[in-house]
Amino acid sequence: MTAIAAAPRSLTLAERRARTRQRVLGIIYLVTAAVMVVGFALPVGDVTSTFTLNLGGTAITVPDLVLPSAATGYLLAGAVAFAGAIQLTRGFGARWALVLGGVAAAFVFGFLVWVAAGQSMNLTGVLQSTLQRSVPIVFGALAGVLCERSGVVNIAIEGMLLTGAFVAAVVGSVTDNSWIGMIAAVLAGGLMAGILAVLAIRYRVDQIIAGFFINIFATGLTSFLAVRWLAPYQQELNRPEVLGAIPIPLLSEIPILGPILFRHNIFVYFLFVLIIVIHLGLFYTRWGLRVRAVGEHPKAADTVGIDVYFVRYRNVILGGMVAGLGGAFFTIGSTGGFEREMTAGRGFIGLAAMIFGGWNPIGSFLAGLVFGFADAVQSRLSILNIAIPSEFLLMVPYVVTIVVVAGLVGRTRAPAADGKPYVKE
Amino acid sequence: MSDETSTRQPERVEPVREQPTPDGPEAAEPAPEGRERAGAFRFLRAILLPVLAILSAFVVGAFIIVLSDAQALGLIGTDPGAALGRAWSIVIDSYGALLRGSIGDPGRLFGALLALDWNGVKAAFNPLSETIVSATPLIFTGLSVALAFRVGLFNIGAEGQLYIGALLAVIVGFAITGLPWFIHAPLAVAAGFLGGALWGFVPGILKARTGAHEVIVTIMLNFVAYRTVDYALKTEFVQREGRNDPISKIVLESARLEPIIGGLRAHWGIAIAVAAVIFVWWLLFRSKWGFEFRAVGLNPRAARYAGISPSWATVMSMVIAGGLGGLAGASLMLGASHTLTPGFSPGYGFDGITVALVGATRPAGVLGAALLFGALRAGATPMEAATGTPRDLVVVIQALVILFIAAPALVRAIYRIRAERSLGTEVFARGWGS
Repeated sequence: MTAIAAAPRSLTLAERRARTRQRVLGIIYLVTAAVMVVGFALPVGDVTSTFTLNLGGTAITVPDLVLPSAATGYLLAGAVAFAGAIQLTRGFGARWALVLGGVAAAFVFGFLVWVAAGQSMNLTGVLQSTLQRSVPIVFGALAGVLCERSGVVNIAIEGMLLTGAFVAAVVGSVTDNSWIGMIAAVLAGGLMAGILAVLAIRYRVDQIIAGFFINIFATGLTSFLAVRWLAPYQQELNRPEVLGAIPIPLLSEIPILGPILFRHNIFVYFLFVLIIVIHLGLFYTRWGLRVRAVGEHPKAADTVGIDVYFVRYRNVILGGMVAGLGGAFFTIGSTGGFEREMTAGRGFIGLAAMIFGGWNPIGSFLAGLVFGFADAVQSRLSILNIAIPSEFLLMVPYVVTIVVVAGLVGRTRAPAADGKPYVKE
Repeated sequence: MSDETSTRQPERVEPVREQPTPDGPEAAEPAPEGRERAGAFRFLRAILLPVLAILSAFVVGAFIIVLSDAQALGLIGTDPGAALGRAWSIVIDSYGALLRGSIGDPGRLFGALLALDWNGVKAAFNPLSETIVSATPLIFTGLSVALAFRVGLFNIGAEGQLYIGALLAVIVGFAITGLPWFIHAPLAVAAGFLGGALWGFVPGILKARTGAHEVIVTIMLNFVAYRTVDYALKTEFVQREGRNDPISKIVLESARLEPIIGGLRAHWGIAIAVAAVIFVWWLLFRSKWGFEFRAVGLNPRAARYAGISPSWATVMSMVIAGGLGGLAGASLMLGASHTLTPGFSPGYGFDGITVALVGATRPAGVLGAALLFGALRAGATPMEAATGTPRDLVVVIQALVILFIAAPALVRAIYRIRAERSLGTEVFARGWGS
């Protein structure tokens, strides 16, 4: 170190903030490591955690993963503590997000090792149900991305999912064809979004209130009709055929990955396609550039001849159609019949996933997986007889979202004009 | 800023004056009768849009009743006249049952009065009492949302605040023993306020410190609150002895808000609610804090320039709003159910948003709107029992009321009313980009 470098230099505000965040993160890592030692490694005795990796059906079987519970716990905690020490002293620079992800993964894996201590857990099964549970969340999040990238706040995802679920069940039953039910659900979602679009764009109603209206309206109307129509005619109106799993030839035979990714029903494959299409569309096409321009700076977009209203109408309705498809998953994609308020807040978790995922299709997908994972693990805990309250795992999506919007760790940024009505001059 | 300037400034900042004060600068203005008429006119003008919105919602609701009725639909093809008759009769039946379930049956009341049957009179007042029971939490949550609106904040979290308030109120209600009622009951109510205030403080401080949008934070906190209550109901401390299902211990007699009239469920919570209405009115329109809150709500930059701290107003108003939401939970626990179960609120916190919007974020308006929606809630179940029209109809009607209130242009277009000057209360929240 030379004297020049050591000379005191006043830091700019941004640098000071970055340094504070670096230290906060470092301390969080160290605390995490301590929690892992005290919580996961110390309490377990001389036992092993067994992770089954086979889910049946694949030609090649993989041996079970057997780990010494305590040693693995200490190892993971040590790695996290090491990361924390580096973070605290010199930081990871631009790679901080990667390290954060690694620490989170280590924590989660340590948790699973602890849960499975002395028992056996089907890891592949957990991961498969993770994807399964994240499907409606990610559909909702993608719907939100489409809307909000064009500058219209969408808290009505829940209502659109519910509408999709209802319409898919009813139309699927009446026509005796779940594919028609699916299409109807997509259209119904689009219709709900159309109402939101008219209110938000044409009448410039506060977009949060407009979305709130859609949610209550969808909840009330579907519950009303469920009592009025579905209850007396359960057999005729609420018995759609469930679209079964379609294993993809060859791919579904891959050990571990095959069962996790390629043995689902059509909704999951649609989801994969949509994520890729929306991602490429938003960031690599003229269409996406226009959408983002409208969402960030509608006036500038208008000046260069982009029809702001048209782009917003189109995107909100497209988003609603995606949400309608996601809603159809609740009925014709999993349980069959419609029940009142069956989406149970998934739309809001989708909203959370969109925010956590930084208003990005792929980010939303990853966030949705995280939330789906928390849900999947939570449902396993009761089977494994673990004394941890599942409520805390169910809180994960919400707490994570609050942390992210508050910028306590990293911050995601909404499109600049999100929620602001545009008035053409 | 001295107190003197702060008391004089409201005249300039406030866009609409609530009501002419008997003394003060207006004394020299128009003649008494003229002013009275202007006041009455302004009042009518103020309630015109809400009344039309509610009316329209009921009309659309009637269409939904008819269109969902298979019998009426089936008759259209064969006998349009009979279809119309059937449609008319089910709408009248449903709305009639709704009214009887929420206000009561005048015939029954007179009959009981003539027969000098005291219990009969009481029974005739039962629907009204149920309306008050439902309206009590709505007043609190409506005030909570309205107060936040005035500071430019959208409190979607009244539901979560209500849950946490209920949890704390119940805990104080069963855990502390041996207190006389005049200490125990206020203590439990205060615990409810505190719980809600805590739940309001989080979005407030996050908004002030980090700019995290309160809508996102409060939506998420609602779910955290539900799960917290779920968890608490599993713990040995809260769960009722000898029960496996999630239900709390019972609030002790000494902490309860007793019925006003024995035999009817309406309890003293309504008195606290009315007091809260007066308090919020005083806070918003007669206190220095309220002036600062409203100034921040109208224009945070101008408020800051005038020496008011928007961060402070944000945190403080969310704390009070949260506390009001918590009081809703406390009133439900201490007055109505005396025990906590998951999902005990049918969405009173969200109804609070409707109540605040219909009441135009004015405390008196909130009171009126809460009574209206309390009546809808109270009448819904008897309506379903009597006519088979699902009680979710009132949820649809409520959604439509929000629609028509939030989109005044829609109502104006339907009834061809000239647009008036914007009162500055139509757009509340901004997007979450900023």
